[in-house]
Amino acid sequence: MSADPTTVLAFETDCHIFDGCGFPAPGLHSFLFEPMFTAGGVDFNKPMLLALLSTVLVVGFFWAAFNKPKLVPGKLQMVAEAGYDFVRRGVVYETLGKREGEKYVPIMVSLFFFIWIMNIWAIVPVAQFPVPSIIGFPVALALIVYVIWVSVTFKRHGFVGGWKNIAGYDKSLGPVLPVVMLIELFSNLLIRPFTHAVRLFANMFAGHVLLLIFTIASWYLLNGIGIAYAGISFVMVILLTAFELFIQALQAYVFILLACNYIQGALAEHH
Amino acid sequence: MIALLELAQEGETQNPLLPAIPEIVIGLIAFFIVFGFLAKKLLPNINKVLEERREAIEGGIEKADAAQSEAQSVLEQYKAQLAEARHEAARLRQEALEQGTVLKEELRAEGQRQRDEIIAAGHAQIEADRKQAAQSLRQDVGKLATDLAGKLVGESLEDHARQSRTIDRFLSELEEKAEAAR
Repeated sequence: MSADPTTVLAFETDCHIFDGCGFPAPGLHSFLFEPMFTAGGVDFNKPMLLALLSTVLVVGFFWAAFNKPKLVPGKLQMVAEAGYDFVRRGVVYETLGKREGEKYVPIMVSLFFFIWIMNIWAIVPVAQFPVPSIIGFPVALALIVYVIWVSVTFKRHGFVGGWKNIAGYDKSLGPVLPVVMLIELFSNLLIRPFTHAVRLFANMFAGHVLLLIFTIASWYLLNGIGIAYAGISFVMVILLTAFELFIQALQAYVFILLACNYIQGALAEHH
Repeated sequence: MIALLELAQEGETQNPLLPAIPEIVIGLIAFFIVFGFLAKKLLPNINKVLEERREAIEGGIEKADAAQSEAQSVLEQYKAQLAEARHEAARLRQEALEQGTVLKEELRAEGQRQRDEIIAAGHAQIEADRKQAAQSLRQDVGKLATDLAGKLVGESLEDHARQSRTIDRFLSELEEKAEAAR
């Protein structure tokens, strides 16, 4: 992928309002990056670097907190325990119960903190890019969850029972049963993973575009009377940054909550 | 959704909904590194400590429970002892009361007995005195009568009377008569 000429940062141009220069609106080109280097025909770009940095951060944080945990926790361990406990008790035990949920705690904790950190890059200076706004990353994570819940379904209910569970087989539905089964099958097997990935992707994508619009506008409007508008635009940047901080955590939470719900459905005796 | 996918395929390479394989692979690798560390090492670590902490806390609670139950049992023991002591005291008091009553009864009986004895002794004494008085009276009466009779007759009847015992016999008869009349 070659970089679009419009990917040049707004600040690098001297384009301002009243200068006969059009607003350099953000768009899809804002999500393309010059490869940092190419290894084996694969371009390595900024989102990939940020994803790997997220790994380093999450592992580093939990390593520092939990490598040599103490009975009486220090500050770092206390914070990490609170986060761990939030996912374990607040999400996994709530949806799957303590007995069934215990073995899904590690994957959910990993998913939550990995996604959260990848999201947070959106408002970290210099990085300023939410990794999940590149669809490949949410797809990878949704794929993991998909594989888990589908395999759990067949492991729990057997081959026929598994299909019945996914298709929502229920004799009491009578004549509409075939229709319901078709819709359920379609919904669960195809739409579910798609929406699961896209929900995270779209939120991060939209959040990034919003931030870009107001950031670019703040610069673009910086001319003559436009300075007043630039001030408003900049206030919006601050507000949206705070808002995004909230959305980032929320979307990470929603992602694992849905993952738990899917597994819960897979474990359930009756759909 | 399918329409969207088709649209995505028809569109130029820049469709944001089309995942690229390298990103999926990098994403998977990045995630599984996180998962590996957390699932294999770090979370088991903290779980062990959390379990230990829970046990420590529960151990403390158990200790407190044990102490409390011990205190409770000691208290009950004391209460039981106190109740026993009270009971014992009441029993002793009762016993003392009973003993006192018995003693009083005995003393009273003894007093009665002594009184009776004294009275009996008095009666015996009086009887003896009376007998003695009657005896001496009989002698005196006999002597007076003989003296009187001797004066009247003019000669002493003393020796004769003593020898004959007539007077004694007479007086005995008198006594018998008196006895019979009583």
